[in-house]
Amino acid sequence: MSRSTRRVPVVFAALGDETRLSLLERLSKGRRCSIAQLTDGTRLTRQAVTKHLRVLEKAGVVHATRAGRESVFEFDPRPVAEVRTYLDRVSRQWDEALDRLRAYVE
Amino acid sequence: MEDRIEKTIELKAPISRVWRALTDHREFGEWFRVKLDGPFVPGETSSGWITWPGYEHLKWEAVVQSMEPERYFSFTWHPYAIDPAVDYSAEPSTLVEFRLEEIPAGTLLMLTESGFSKLPEDRRSLAFRMNDGGWTQQIGNIEVHVAQHA
Repeated sequence: MSRSTRRVPVVFAALGDETRLSLLERLSKGRRCSIAQLTDGTRLTRQAVTKHLRVLEKAGVVHATRAGRESVFEFDPRPVAEVRTYLDRVSRQWDEALDRLRAYVE
Repeated sequence: MEDRIEKTIELKAPISRVWRALTDHREFGEWFRVKLDGPFVPGETSSGWITWPGYEHLKWEAVVQSMEPERYFSFTWHPYAIDPAVDYSAEPSTLVEFRLEEIPAGTLLMLTESGFSKLPEDRRSLAFRMNDGGWTQQIGNIEVHVAQHA
């Protein structure tokens, strides 16, 4: 639990960038993509895409595998789901605390 | 998925009553289930022990940020610090804010907890940047995907 808790800000940080979000959005369609494919149709350099993919990889939201001479990247929905589960839990705790506050003052 | 939690509730109690329940450390402890060592003082650390059955071994710690009588109360803390073996001081802290407003029925209480994306010092290089519009919208798209694959 504390491990996924610790990952929360890292996942947020990884997702808090428009370029990375757009890369992730493409990957989240379910297909594996190479750096070349992800660079195609964008104004980004290959180096920039690689740099952003490494940040996403560090946060665990994408995984790289070798396919011949190139790396292909794949979306992993679990960290995003973990963050959401975590926020849901915090949210529920507040609901309960505020219910007790209500009972206490009314 | 937002970087904050927001709650709004209407309480059938006068604003002075709600203010006391929030900021008197004994009253706060009653509903929040924590036994605090002393009164809340802006700028100072408030500490105590959780009184929730089964969690009494857990320390409660927060830094009071601001107290504007019958209007605004805020503190920072480490959310969900449940593992006594972990030193949470290096973990990101969130800001908890209570805003009060008088309404005919009594008091409107707005709670916000924000800063889940805030990073400890050593991770500043990855600093979170809030994007207007794009962020929420695109997260929405990813969320749909997560929901389908959960």
